[in-house]
Amino acid sequence: MAVISRGFHGRRRAGGDKLPPGQYETRDFPVLSAGPTPRIDLDSWTFTVTTEAGAAHAWSWREMTALPSEQPVVDLHCVTKWSKFGTRWRGVSLDLLLADVESAAEFALVRSRGGYTTNLPLEDLLDGKAWIAFEYEGEELAPQHGGPARLLVPHLYLWKSAKWVEGIDLLLDDEPGFWETAGYNNYGDPWREQRYQGD
Amino acid sequence: MNAPSSPASPAPDDYQDGNALAGPLAEVFAVDVTAAVGTCAGCRRNGPLARLRLYGHAPGLVARCPDCGQVMMRLVRSPTEAWLDLHGTLSLRIALPEV
Repeated sequence: MAVISRGFHGRRRAGGDKLPPGQYETRDFPVLSAGPTPRIDLDSWTFTVTTEAGAAHAWSWREMTALPSEQPVVDLHCVTKWSKFGTRWRGVSLDLLLADVESAAEFALVRSRGGYTTNLPLEDLLDGKAWIAFEYEGEELAPQHGGPARLLVPHLYLWKSAKWVEGIDLLLDDEPGFWETAGYNNYGDPWREQRYQGD
Repeated sequence: MNAPSSPASPAPDDYQDGNALAGPLAEVFAVDVTAAVGTCAGCRRNGPLARLRLYGHAPGLVARCPDCGQVMMRLVRSPTEAWLDLHGTLSLRIALPEV
């Protein structure tokens, strides 16, 4: 029987075109954390957008969850090399939250309970690319995955999707966050494998 | 990724004691610094690095003060470099052989 070689090119890995370079697919949902998991009381939860002029726009839990929500189904890519396909979320689009915010900022610094921060260009939060997510697979978002609410910005490595999100500062100048000041890439595009500074 | 691996696989919310820093830091320091006395830049308390709470289930190692919880040290290992952040550590007192 003739064996037809597939050659050295064009061989599809498991995950095919959905898997960025250097990643492997996982079916479970690994939990990574740089500190203790906070237990956040919904009555005291607020999400605050602060502009470069100091103007604050805040939403309580009741206000946030009463806004029109979306149900994105997205692939996740962690810088520790695992990817998870087809995750289902519910959250409020940053397009909606930032619609009435007047700002000339080009950068955003995301802040979380416990002091974690991460930075990204403001445009990466807009045009249907980012959400404040509070449900995962039809359930309320568990604390170990960032509940009650986390940023979801799945086109960048997952460290940008800050758990336990409390606010976003809109800035005229870029301000590197927690991992970005410790050797990780300032932007973190998984498709360009931007893991570390200089990648 | 190539961040320093933790000796055990703790539950995500767990931490190890700072003794687990000995291996990863041996790449950076010529002495075992887990016995060195570190002073927290947050609460100013001090103690051996072996007392720190080490979170290793992360893109890097994050060592927190056992008294106030502030990050005292971060260590990220890329394939070619180690990034050591000590801005949460006011000082490290390292015992050396008398000269």
